[in-house]
Amino acid sequence: MSQPQTSSRPLSPHLQVYKPQITSTLSILHRLTGLWLAVAAAVLVLWLYGLAFDASLFQALTGFFSGLFGKVLLFSWVLAFNYHLCNGIRHLFWDAGKGFELPKVYRSGYLVLAASLILSVLVWLGSL
Amino acid sequence: MAEFRLPKNSRVSTGRYFPAEGAKRVKKIKVYRWNPDDGDNPRTDTYEVDLDACGPMVLDALIKIKNEIDTTLTFRRSCREGICGSCAMNINGTNTLACTTSMSSLKGDEIAIYPLPHMEVIKDLVPDMTNFYAQYASIRPWIQTFSVPLPDQERLQTIEDREKLDGLYECILCACCSTSCPSYWWNGDKYLGPAILLQAYRWLADTRDENTGERLESLEDPYKLYRCHTIMNCTNTCPKGLNPGKAIAEIKKLIAQKHGL
Repeated sequence: MSQPQTSSRPLSPHLQVYKPQITSTLSILHRLTGLWLAVAAAVLVLWLYGLAFDASLFQALTGFFSGLFGKVLLFSWVLAFNYHLCNGIRHLFWDAGKGFELPKVYRSGYLVLAASLILSVLVWLGSL
Repeated sequence: MAEFRLPKNSRVSTGRYFPAEGAKRVKKIKVYRWNPDDGDNPRTDTYEVDLDACGPMVLDALIKIKNEIDTTLTFRRSCREGICGSCAMNINGTNTLACTTSMSSLKGDEIAIYPLPHMEVIKDLVPDMTNFYAQYASIRPWIQTFSVPLPDQERLQTIEDREKLDGLYECILCACCSTSCPSYWWNGDKYLGPAILLQAYRWLADTRDENTGERLESLEDPYKLYRCHTIMNCTNTCPKGLNPGKAIAEIKKLIAQKHGL
């Protein structure tokens, strides 16, 4: 309206300068774990397909996931699942309008981190 | 779509350095500079400021720089007491008001100052707020009524109803929260952002306003309201200690209730 639009105007820095903080970090983690779980779901389908129709595929996958790299992948999916679950519950509280005071946002954030770590270790130990 | 890198014309280089001769206590103030007249890319200039000859706030340092070191430095300021919202900027990585941020509260010997993030820059620390104000106008930030008031009386509120506006009416529209929100960075053309949504809730919460239904209807849109993903950078950065994140959640609840959920 008041200012003539000049295309040469730069965009001010955003991600480049904004300080990472618990609020935004946990939020992007929620999204990334969601994406990572979608990959896990595809692999799970492939494994089930092998179980039903293709013995060599099934054995190849089972062999891969018994190796060290496979186990690291599996644990990352367990961790991603538990984080996504716990933070999802945090989001449900927010959807109900609860837990918005800043100290509570911080506390629930750290609680989610701790809970997802503990749950993952329990799941891992329980499945050995 | 989210564009994570800065466009070519917006990448920042390192500019000039202005030492403070003979000063004992020095703070380095690194400031984003862009001049529309020289055609160059933005840069950061660093000014050494003598703390023994400067007021305590970040705004004091900026005014000292403009008065005594480099008169071309451009920034908005007015009230110098946190009520006008003009000097909102990104200081050491978070958005806040330069006038209410003391230099002693910032760690390190350097303070980095950038304009509010992901905005078009008019000059130096001055962003173009046109879209922000247009979005503010779009929520019709005034009382809307259909009933006819009594001729001898104003529209009264109980003390309890008035208290519903606490934490909302204090917003000074400095845009710190909106420009801290990654969702607003990526979709600021369609998403209203935390500041404007807090204002929208201020009128929904006002018991004298009678147009709640239409206000909610206009917000019920994939972008205007629901691009809020409860990241909470807004509440984390608000220099007035308000809670835009909670106000947005209350709007979402009102819409859910309207649908009988």
